[in-house]
Amino acid sequence: MFEISNERIEVEALRRGLMDSGCGGYTAFEGWVRNHHQGRAVSGLHYEAYADLAKAEGLKILAEAGERFGPVRLACVHRVGDLAVGELAVWVGAAAPHRDEAFKACRYVIDELKQRLPIWKKEHYIEGESAWVDCERCRAAGHGKHDHDHDHAPARPPQEEVAP
Amino acid sequence: MQLRVSYFAWLRERVGLDTETIDTAAVTPAQLWTELDARHDFATERRHLRVAVNDAFSTWDAKLAEGDRVVFIPPVSGG
Repeated sequence: MFEISNERIEVEALRRGLMDSGCGGYTAFEGWVRNHHQGRAVSGLHYEAYADLAKAEGLKILAEAGERFGPVRLACVHRVGDLAVGELAVWVGAAAPHRDEAFKACRYVIDELKQRLPIWKKEHYIEGESAWVDCERCRAAGHGKHDHDHDHAPARPPQEEVAP
Repeated sequence: MQLRVSYFAWLRERVGLDTETIDTAAVTPAQLWTELDARHDFATERRHLRVAVNDAFSTWDAKLAEGDRVVFIPPVSGG
């Protein structure tokens, strides 16, 4: 199950949906809206999605996780619209016969979706401005003149990608 | 040939449109990018973006057909 939603993510219902008598392990990842980014105070985020493609790509990622890690039950919801600091932006749940597959599949899904889903994040700053997140580096280098490449490369190092 | 082109995120703000229907001689997404860049000035290079045709990722040299929906996809930042 993969959804793009502009409603609050109801974690308990999603968790219940993964329950299965054949599963002995469950884990989930929650991405929360953080109050700072690159030294700037953030008041909230706006997420925009190309929903038709994001849904198709999201389902593809879940299917890939199943192929890699075996019979894992997976669900994922990504919010769109305006989110306040502390709100849940993305949720990934994984249930499997044993914990190892659940952890691995959950990690795979969140890592892949950050790289592949056509979803964009605009940050609103405390001092009043707003900026599309991946655009910052482009702006710093001057659009059309920069030498960095976005193809399949994270805008920031993966170790900084724990929360949205 | 008539195509529908949709824009998202900063590209949408730059162009000032969600979607436009255009008559074009372009037969690939790459040619379409060049034509629309001349009209809108996307202010970025094509290599930074991906492209989707009819809601599936595509290559820049794919063959377009009448009525196709083309979306230029800026670097993503979900999660």
